[in-house]
Amino acid sequence: MAQQTTWTKKDLTGIETLSRAEIEFLFDQAEKFLPALAPGKGLDLMHGRTVVNLFLEPSTRTCTAFEISAKKLGAEVVSINTTASSLVKGETLRDTAMNIRAMGVDAIVIRHSSAGAPRYLGEVLDISVINAGDGAHEHPTQALLDAFTLKQKFGKVEGLKVTILGDILFSRVARSNIHCLTKLGAQVTLAGPATLVPLSLAQAFPQVRIVHDLKTALSDADAVMLLRIQHERQTTTHFPSLAEYTSQFGLNTERAAWMKPNAVVMHPGPINRGVEVDSDVADGPRSVILEQVRNGVAVRMAVLHLCTSALKR
Amino acid sequence: MNHKNIILVRGARVIDPANGRDEIADIFVKDGKFVAQLSAEEIKSAQIIEANGLILSPGFIDLNCRLGEPGRSARETFRTGTLSAASGGFTTVVTMPDTIPTSDNVGTIQLIRELCDAHAVVNVLPASTLTKQQEGKALAPMGSLKKAGIIAATDTTSGVQNNEIMRRALEYANTFKLVVLDHCQDSSMTEGAQMHEGTWSLRLGLRGWPRAAEEIVVSSDCVLASLTKARIHLQHISSAGSAEIIRRAKANKLPVTAEVSVLHLLLTDAALAQYDTRLKVNPPLREESDRAALIAALIDGTIDAICSDHCPCTSTEKDCEFDLAPFGAATLETAFSAAYDALVATGHLDIKLLITRLTTGPAKVLGIEAGTLSVGAAADFVLINPKTSWTFNTENQLSKSGNNPLIGKTFSSRIHSTFVGGKAVILDSKPV
Repeated sequence: MAQQTTWTKKDLTGIETLSRAEIEFLFDQAEKFLPALAPGKGLDLMHGRTVVNLFLEPSTRTCTAFEISAKKLGAEVVSINTTASSLVKGETLRDTAMNIRAMGVDAIVIRHSSAGAPRYLGEVLDISVINAGDGAHEHPTQALLDAFTLKQKFGKVEGLKVTILGDILFSRVARSNIHCLTKLGAQVTLAGPATLVPLSLAQAFPQVRIVHDLKTALSDADAVMLLRIQHERQTTTHFPSLAEYTSQFGLNTERAAWMKPNAVVMHPGPINRGVEVDSDVADGPRSVILEQVRNGVAVRMAVLHLCTSALKR
Repeated sequence: MNHKNIILVRGARVIDPANGRDEIADIFVKDGKFVAQLSAEEIKSAQIIEANGLILSPGFIDLNCRLGEPGRSARETFRTGTLSAASGGFTTVVTMPDTIPTSDNVGTIQLIRELCDAHAVVNVLPASTLTKQQEGKALAPMGSLKKAGIIAATDTTSGVQNNEIMRRALEYANTFKLVVLDHCQDSSMTEGAQMHEGTWSLRLGLRGWPRAAEEIVVSSDCVLASLTKARIHLQHISSAGSAEIIRRAKANKLPVTAEVSVLHLLLTDAALAQYDTRLKVNPPLREESDRAALIAALIDGTIDAICSDHCPCTSTEKDCEFDLAPFGAATLETAFSAAYDALVATGHLDIKLLITRLTTGPAKVLGIEAGTLSVGAAADFVLINPKTSWTFNTENQLSKSGNNPLIGKTFSSRIHSTFVGGKAVILDSKPV
């Protein structure tokens, strides 16, 4: 099918601002990059370009995936983590970014604890800004790789029933996935305790269904996305204890049996084994967790390639 | 006699809610006070202002602003702050005590009065804190502070979180007939909160600030007003529920009054969709249903006064991640014009009611003889051009701050002139 869409955005700050056509265009690009993931394969589309990973919150998987993605495209990569950053010395984000830009960088991949920070940076800078997670706002590349994985598994995302289970309130992954999946025509159910899945979410995201009963949430889903319980972000006010959470909402073998036979289990990582998911399920036949990780590289290659190609030279 | 002491304003539409006046008339000023008329001799030497097509109103009274000094002169000074107040039509302003050092002692109040005597162009009435260092633990010396010149006491955004301390603070302040101004915020419900808790906070991923955090304190203040019979004034109310609680309290004859800020009458949380840090204010902008309820409460008298809630910041302070930006918006210069467009131009309010809520409303809250054109009163008045078009921009801004969110906006009315004690401070919309 002829693809009419072109990519014109220099930044990827969120899924909310993307159209379905743009998401599908990006998937086509990611598909083309899959063979480059094989050992010894690589491309030179970004040869001579420099990408800076500015990670102001801890990250292993996303930071590494962006680094590998950029290297697979032939770019130079510099990764800056919180402790090495001058922001801890009181420098403003604008000044840090302007300094990095002055060194001749083509793209900044930023993770920040403040919602809206990548958007702010995108307005300040004339180079590409890619959001690798901002506060509880968005984590667009995670949602893209999740939907890409679903498309790979089921052929299409349209019509799929996807349940996102766990800490929705504080989750940027959930927000980006709600936008991405609903744009692609999936039906999204949000599930978990009412403190983490308040009914007000249905007003903010009118296309989604809110369910507080786990069996209902699991039984008709084609895919269940588990979210990491972020105990470093919450006080004890949102649930009594990890043990209580596990006893009520943890996904174990018994509960996984409520799911449809070919339904899959997804997780953005890092997994708290024995908390939101048992190892039997995380490593079991339903799990597509490692496929998500692999697809994450192809999707991020597509994001880096498309955004930097959109830069005015 | 120097003609500067005698002013004749001719042909203005005179709106004076304190005296129930709304008529085309001439206004006479001599030696800083309104007079019933001038002699033919005096008229010859008078400064004559032709005011056909303009509205003449008592000068506005602002119950809630910050003017930077002492301590934050990078944000604003008494000079720039009062100039911007005057250009917005305010001739009397109440300043909040969260200064550096905190206004919880006589020395700081004396410093404020000295600085104002030297630099302010409008009447500045300082408020002190209710408790030492705004810590909500030990009472501030409000008796001595009143002697030093405070008009009211408030712990501003810290609030007094302990009900026992609040009760005693109300009783103690009442000993000296000081009105207590309370910022209603249960801080246990707003830790890390950035904006109104609603669909927009969920979409933007910003920590929400529920209406309940305000309404709980509005409720407890009403209960304490009933217990102590002390005057309490609720600052910048933001939710429909708060308005309803105050309505009931007033029906029960409790000594409670309330104010609303212009921004809350103008905008909602949807305005934060682009993470505009200039609109990060405390209390947060809420929803359309709240905005409508606040306007209704302003009309039926549940809310007594409109305030600027002027809270200057430098542009650098606001040029950062949303979470890290300080709360507050600079609003003095645009308060009247914005309120006019939001309320009068849209047909919600008559101009007379808008002026009432900017003059007699706040004057009654403070119990002061201001906000009137009565003969013998200080000649604090403004001329308003109700049919114009002007754009507020950095060139005509008088405030030193960099956080007026209405920069670039075009308004349909403008303060033409402002007189304080019979002295022109603003003429033809420019500082004298």
